[in-house]
This record gives sequence, C-alpha cells and structure tokens, in this order.
Amino acid sequence: MVPLNYFLILAAILFSIGVIGFVMKRNVITMFMSIELMLNSVNLTFVAFSRYIQNLSGQIFVFFVMVIAAAEAAVGLAIIVALYRNRESLNVDEADRMKL
Amino acid sequence: MELVLFFILAIIAVGAAINMVVQKHPIHSALSLIVVMGTLSLFYVMLHAEFLAVVQVIVYAGAIMVLFVFVIMLLNPHAAEHTTRYGTILKFGGVPLGLLLLAEIVVVVQRSVGAARPASALAGTTEAVGRLLFTEYLIPFEFISVVILVAILGAVVLTKREL
Amino acid sequence: MSDLTVFLINTTIKSIVVIGAMLGAVAYSTWLERKLVAHLQVRWGPHRVGWHGLLQPIADGLKFIFKEDIIPTEASKFIYILAPTIAFIPALLSISVIPFGSLGFFGSHAVRFQITDLNIGLLFIFAVTSLGVYGVALGGWASNNKYSLMGALRSSAQMISYELSLGLSVVSVLLVAGTLSLEKIVELQSGTWFGFIPKWNIFVLPLFISFFTYFVSAIAETNRVPFDLPEAESELVAGFHTEYSSMKFALFFLAEYANMLTVSALATTLFFGGWHGPAFGPLWLQGLLPLFWFLAKVFAFMFFYIWTRGTLPRFRYDQLMAFGWKFLMPLAIANVILTSFVVAWKG
Repeated sequence: MVPLNYFLILAAILFSIGVIGFVMKRNVITMFMSIELMLNSVNLTFVAFSRYIQNLSGQIFVFFVMVIAAAEAAVGLAIIVALYRNRESLNVDEADRMKL
Repeated sequence: MELVLFFILAIIAVGAAINMVVQKHPIHSALSLIVVMGTLSLFYVMLHAEFLAVVQVIVYAGAIMVLFVFVIMLLNPHAAEHTTRYGTILKFGGVPLGLLLLAEIVVVVQRSVGAARPASALAGTTEAVGRLLFTEYLIPFEFISVVILVAILGAVVLTKREL
Repeated sequence: MSDLTVFLINTTIKSIVVIGAMLGAVAYSTWLERKLVAHLQVRWGPHRVGWHGLLQPIADGLKFIFKEDIIPTEASKFIYILAPTIAFIPALLSISVIPFGSLGFFGSHAVRFQITDLNIGLLFIFAVTSLGVYGVALGGWASNNKYSLMGALRSSAQMISYELSLGLSVVSVLLVAGTLSLEKIVELQSGTWFGFIPKWNIFVLPLFISFFTYFVSAIAETNRVPFDLPEAESELVAGFHTEYSSMKFALFFLAEYANMLTVSALATTLFFGGWHGPAFGPLWLQGLLPLFWFLAKVFAFMFFYIWTRGTLPRFRYDQLMAFGWKFLMPLAIANVILTSFVVAWKG
C-alpha cells in the first residue's frame, strides 16, 4: 500500500507546477491548461482522501469537479476564440486595452 | 510492487507537467497535459476508484482536451511568445513563488497526515458511486446539470459572430 | 505455479493470440472490401496474387514497408510521427474486453475466451475509442497542409458529434442489462422465447431503435461511407492522411479497419447475443461453436459495412452535422427515456 502523504505530496507538486505555469505563461490557452492541471491535482487529493477515510463522498466531488471543468472549458474556449477574432493574438498582455 | 508503480507513474506525471510549462507551442503543452491526465487515471485505478478512472479518460482526455486541441488547430497560433512588460518579473517571480507554495503544502501535509494507511478496501465501483449520486447528492447533481446547460448556452452565444 | 504466474502466462498468450488474429482479420478485411466492392460493381477485383487474390494483403503489406517514407519539411516532426501510433493503439486496445466465446477447456484448465473481464468493460471501450480522435486531429494538423487540416477539423468535429449518440444508444442496453460487464451482458442474452426466437437484445422492443442509432453513429465514428467526409477524395485529396506515406499511412489504414472490427464485435456483443447460437455435435465441437457464431456475426456486420460502401453516395458536410445533431441525438435521447419507462414498468 502507498501511504496517503505520498499521494498528497504528488498532488501538491502538480498543483505548484500548475501555479507556476499560470504565472509564467502569457499564452491564454496554456494558462487555461495550467488551471486544468490544478483542478486535476485537487481531484487526486479528493480520491486519495476518499480511499483513506473510507468515504465515497470524495469521489462524488471529483465527479462534480469534472463537470465544472467541462463547463469551464466550453465557456473559456469560446471566450478565447472570440478574443482571438478581435485581437489576432493569444497573448494576455495584449488583451488589457478597452478599445482596439 | 505497488510503491514501485507509484513512483514510476509519479515521475511520468511530474515530468509531463513540467514539460507542459516548458514547451513553447500550445499543442505540445496540450499533449503533455493529456499524459498527466492519463497517469492520474492510473492513480485512480490504484486507489480503487475504477469508475472515476474511466470517467477521467472519457471526460478529460476524450472531451475537454479534444476541445483544447481543436481550438488550437482552429486558431493555429504562432509558436513564438513575445513577452511584454511584465514578462521578466513573472519569469523570475513565478518559480520561487510556486516552490514556496509547494514547501508550505508539504510541511502542512507531513505535520497533519503523516504516513496514514487505510484499514480496509473501499471500492468506487459504478454501482456504489451511482447509488450515492442519486440518493444523497441528488440535489447537487440536478444543480450541476443546470450549470452545464448554462455553459452550453454561453458557449453558443459567445462564438456567434453577431448577436 | 503460483496464481500470479498462471495469470500472467494466460493473459500474455491470450493477448498475443487475439492481437495476431485481429491483425490477420484486419488484413483480410481489406481484401474482402476490395473483392466485394468489385463484385458489387461487376468487376473482378484483385485476382492475380494467389487464388482469387488471397495473397493480395501480403503483397500490399510488403509494398507499404518498401515505400519511401516522406516527412514534409514544414511538418511538426514529432507529432507527425506520433499521430499514426496514437490512432493505432486505441483501435487494438478496445478489443481486450470483448468476450469471444464461452469457457473452453484445455485439459483441466478452464480458459475464458476473453482477455479480461472488467466490471466497467463498456465504459473502458468508450474511454479507449474516445482517444482515437487524437490520431486524426494531430495527424492532420502536423502535416501542415490545408487539405489535411480541413480533413482533420472535419473528422474531429464529426467524431465528437457522433460519439454522443453512440454513447446514448448504449445507455438503453445498460438499462436493460443492469451491468457494465460485457461478459454478463452476453450471458443475459442466452435462451429463447417460444423455443425459436433467441433472447437477443435486438428483439427486446425499444432496443431495436438503439441498435439503429448505435450502428449509424458507429459508421460515422469509423469514418466510413456514407459518412467518410474526412477523406472525401473529390474535395480534400485524401483528408487528414494526405501527406502520409509508407508504414505511417498503413497504420492509419489498419486503425480504420481495426475500428470497424471493434465496432462490429461490440454490436454483436450488445445486440446480437455475442457468442450465443445453436450448439450441437460432439464435445469439442460444442466448445468451438460459440467462437464460430461470434465470428460469423462479426463477418455479417463487416459485410454490411462494405455493402453500404458499394451502394450509398456521400453526405454533404452540413447534412452530416444536421443529421447527427437534429435527428440521431434526439432519437437516442427519446429512446433512453422510452427504455427507462419500459424497464420501470416491467419492474
């Protein structure tokens, strides 16, 4: 059996990489993917805890997180497509002006 | 045996995650992220959450990431990332910030959880998860279906050229 | 020998046999297709290499190996090489949970004609096949060719759209069977009504509709005529694999046929009673007959696939999308509701 804290530390590492990616990257799509990575790492902690405290509720929450991630991806990518149509660029720094 | 498997998968997951941040072109990042999601699905199998393991692949790898790849293909952005004003600050600020966060979490985890191991097996089979989802969590489930409906409408409205 | 070694040996042998048989079947379904389409169009088809062209697949394979392997200079090289592999592996993986026959006996060893029986078998197949989109999408994108890109965009949109109705049509089978394990779904279809109608799912009333939606969306999922827009020769040269040559092209080609076989095998398992059929004769024959019935049913589906190819013209792209979203999807959803009413009524 793998101890619980191994899973938690792995999830923490993935989460931190997601944070670093989000802060460092200037491409909207990659930033968005970093957010997905963070969500995934949190899911891992949910499943690990659910296994170790013998309660299935954690897995239900992962299910909900997945649904929200799907909704987020649909809306977020729609916004990205609209943004690209207006700015011809995916760089977030170029999306800070109110007019073109 | 299981521990060895865990470490192999963990190394793959972390390597792919780092590769996602390092890669310049978004499509390479997307592929690395798919690898991370695949390894996470295998972790779920190790944790006896079979239903979630399959749903992870179907929803994340099969739907969400396909959407990402699809949008990247559609927009076909250039690989070069021109950094602007805040570029250098973020580059030198981001990594220490992330590492600080990591150190913080690790300290907290080690203090509070330690090397806990489960008493007996708990299997997240489709039946068990489904039963819980449609009894105890029925109302949240209904709400979440409304959320996804709104998301569909939002996506349709946003991608329309003229309103 | 310990249990683990027996298990490992068992699984390895089964995997090798199944993958070998699968690749052989894939090779010969190309022969079958060429031959059948030719006869449907009053031609002879391949008949030079071997008796009735039976050695043609081997000749084709040799030709693929010796062809020049071209990588376009402007292509994204890594993904260009990766894409055919991504297309091919899921196509082979999904066959691993399909039951080919009942228990067989080798001496005292009971062997199941199935690589592994997962209690999430059906979901596993959907998970694996949903990865097949990547091969097409990435291959088309990495080629850096406008026809490839158009083909890839079209086919990924098509595959995502039809995956929904494919999944929804299977839900009603699940409602009736109450399990995700393919082995159990087949077992539930044993026996007959009134002594002569087999208890296959296709004869259960609302499931006929789900078979219709399943098979139509399966044809679209595998990018076959009349839904073969991704490789519409008359508009897009060859679609997503325009730039591919040699073994890389062959992998895409094999993946398409392997997917067809998987879809047919799944249709047999879910709707046509899997390996069930009349069993008679001596004991050794009774052991082998289920395998024969299974293969015969899969062959019938493959025949149907090729038959449609020889008969029907291609859809226009907007017609294809409209058909998928406005007709097939609502029909599948209505069928799920109908089936759940029937299941609840029967108690």
